[in-house]
Amino acid sequence: MKIARVLVAALAFVLAAGCAKEKQEAGSAGPVGSDAPAHGDAIVEGSIGDVSGFLTAVTSDSASHTAAGYVFSGLVRYDKNLKLEGELAESWEVSPDGKRITFRLRKGVTWHDGAPFTSEDVLFTYRRMIDPNTPTAYAEDFKQVKRAETPDPSTFVVEYGKPFAPALASWGMHVLPKHLLAVYPDISRSPLNKKPVGTGPFRFVEWKTGEKTVFEANPDYFEGRPYLSRVVTRVIPDPATMFLELKSGGIDMMGVTPLQYTRQTETEEFRKLFHKYRYLSFGYTYLGFRLSHPLFSDQRVRQAIAHAIHKKEIIDGVLFGLGQEATGPYKPGTWVHNPDVKRYPYDPQRAKALLGEAGWKDADGDGVLEKEGRKFSFTVLTNAGNESRAKTAAIIQQNLDGVGVKMEIRTLEWAAFINEFVDKRKFDAVILGWSIPQDPDQYDIWSSKKTGPKELNFVGFQNAEVDRLLEEGRRTFDLEKRKKAYSRIQEILAEEQPYVFLYYPDALPVVHKRIHGIEPAPAGISYNFIKWYVPKDQQRYTTFQQ
Amino acid sequence: MLRYIARRLVLTVPLLIGISLISFLVIHAAPGGPVEMATDLNPKVTAEARERLRAYYGLDQPIHVQYVRWLGRMATLDFGQSFSRDGKQVSEKIGERIPVTLAINVLSMLLIFLVAIPIGVYSAVRKDSWFDRISTVVVFTGFAVPTFWLALLLMILFGVKLGWLPISGLVSLEYDSLGLAGKIWDRTSHLLLPVFVSAFGGLAGFSRYMRSNMLEVIRQDYIATARAKGLPERKVVFRHAMRNALLPFITILGLSVPGLLGGSVIFESIFAIPGLGQLFYQSVMSRDYPLIMGALVIGAFLTLIGNLLADVGYALADPRIRTE
Repeated sequence: MKIARVLVAALAFVLAAGCAKEKQEAGSAGPVGSDAPAHGDAIVEGSIGDVSGFLTAVTSDSASHTAAGYVFSGLVRYDKNLKLEGELAESWEVSPDGKRITFRLRKGVTWHDGAPFTSEDVLFTYRRMIDPNTPTAYAEDFKQVKRAETPDPSTFVVEYGKPFAPALASWGMHVLPKHLLAVYPDISRSPLNKKPVGTGPFRFVEWKTGEKTVFEANPDYFEGRPYLSRVVTRVIPDPATMFLELKSGGIDMMGVTPLQYTRQTETEEFRKLFHKYRYLSFGYTYLGFRLSHPLFSDQRVRQAIAHAIHKKEIIDGVLFGLGQEATGPYKPGTWVHNPDVKRYPYDPQRAKALLGEAGWKDADGDGVLEKEGRKFSFTVLTNAGNESRAKTAAIIQQNLDGVGVKMEIRTLEWAAFINEFVDKRKFDAVILGWSIPQDPDQYDIWSSKKTGPKELNFVGFQNAEVDRLLEEGRRTFDLEKRKKAYSRIQEILAEEQPYVFLYYPDALPVVHKRIHGIEPAPAGISYNFIKWYVPKDQQRYTTFQQ
Repeated sequence: MLRYIARRLVLTVPLLIGISLISFLVIHAAPGGPVEMATDLNPKVTAEARERLRAYYGLDQPIHVQYVRWLGRMATLDFGQSFSRDGKQVSEKIGERIPVTLAINVLSMLLIFLVAIPIGVYSAVRKDSWFDRISTVVVFTGFAVPTFWLALLLMILFGVKLGWLPISGLVSLEYDSLGLAGKIWDRTSHLLLPVFVSAFGGLAGFSRYMRSNMLEVIRQDYIATARAKGLPERKVVFRHAMRNALLPFITILGLSVPGLLGGSVIFESIFAIPGLGQLFYQSVMSRDYPLIMGALVIGAFLTLIGNLLADVGYALADPRIRTE
């Protein structure tokens, strides 16, 4: 009995001490003046997948590209408002005819091993990108280059056969160190793919396969030393485990699901420790029709389906409200997005009327429309394992049932879905998503020249005006002219509805509160990563101090 | 006996070739290849780039040429280069993951034996007692509970609520700055949950084997004889009965050999353990043919060897089945 009492007392003491400590922390998080930026501490991120290599020319997964972004830099990059700005290039100039780009490079930049960075490195990178020995999938943009030269160590000039606007963004490609890579004919087999040396804000420390990657602040970074001393990315393949790790302090940052965002993080405890962020992600989900299919070749039918689908219900049901109704293939809030396009509010009556105009009537009264003896029924395909797409399909099925259209849902394993059905055009309709690249050129998705096998206009969209505008948009560097061309394309797509654009989901990152300096912008939160810091008295990982 | 072993070993070779041929055909028949898996639906990738990548991997050759090339390399025990972008050899990729998988499997197997054998023996000796019934319920619960669910519950309890054990991974971030004792505890604490969870599911099988073997043996005449000549019950059970009941375990051990290097994807993903299970799963998802083939060949080889070891071991231990 006595022992038990002592134990209880001891426990109470420990709890009290714990509370006191927390209070102290909470106090220091307030505006007391102790929040000044300081060097030190580490940020631990969770990642579903492991890095497959650090040279982005030869990798294609997002984990690898994120990791490489800490170590390497390109000539240009997108700023927080998604406009191109110089990174390794101080400035650039496009010749009046649009065929020549002259990059003026920053002076005094060094590689992580101390060697100076020069225009020779850029030229080397370009040559390796078009070298048949390099197993890269991204050679195309660089093959447009007619001539590349280095008049002096801080100038790099490229010349194109015709003006090619996406070319500018393609120079965001990570520049490779010539002095370390020149001896390897195949860069993917060089040691640098495993132990990178770059010019970026962080230096490589270690990569434990399947476990973690570690980077440390580069004190000589040309924009100043990052505040955080280390960046650790832990590989945690299971999202449920990752969330538990977040709650228990094992990681500081992860992207959560809408369910976690709305239902599992609304506790006092969670709010005390974490900041939640929310902004539109770079992607959209759509219902795409095979336009040569007899059911969907009539524009009125596609418009009717757009009216029949309750997008708000999908966003509420699938994303718990964390998203926005899509109107076209560009992200709202970016310079190229045109908000004044035709919209399709949920209106089953209008949908029925449009279908009626197109000749679809329910003559036999079984609830399904028919025309010339054929019932309006089709199958939508989507990939297995993507829960939000499956749920979206189920809601659309319900919506369409209300206007007399019968839709079956079939989910398929990804590789079979793409290779056997999409590539071979063996589908009625699909639910898929596109990510939205920062450059607005979507030639590959909408041009009538891109409908061949394995090409990406798999719905078979053909419109002469869109073809002309796509060409126009990629042949000028003038943002106003480009904006005009892409605005018109958005109007046509909204009118013709080759896809029913469904929704833009939100990105939902969660970051530990001790990390300060995060300022959400159109580009997201990570654009100013080197400015993130932890005030001195809140630092947690102090063994990493340099 | 030696002739028998030699003959079995020689027979393994055509068997392995047959297995590898079927595996090779099946994985190439699956939709999508390594190039497609990495580049599908990527607007930046042209048809020409795709062709170039296919040629880079040697996938532009007819399938029989690819197989013969692979077989030729295998003859010199060269598993080839993985298609993954880190440019590593298949043997290196498998090698770096063997220690952790082997450690967890061996530890959990030891735990299974340590717990399952006593449970089996005791529930056979005290058949239909309370202990027998409760242990039956417990081990079958372990068998029936999905690994990922149990793992998550334990993580929430010990990792989040109590904060006693780490949730996932192999070591803490501060591992390098710990002292020796700290390092040992750090590693142990990371292994506790995974080993427990993986052993818990295996208890049912082993303890039931042990129980039924014991029941079988206890009915034998020589047990009655041992009792009749007045041996203490402890001696009867452990000396005469249990040793004989353990015989079938040789077979089970032999069959477990391939399992030592096999890992479960679900289990490893939940605990974020970089083991062979995850590696093989990812290799299948990315159609990394050399790595898949390497994994399959190793698995097939271990299975054949395990069977052989079981047969030989059994023959050595039990004179009754020694033929000629």
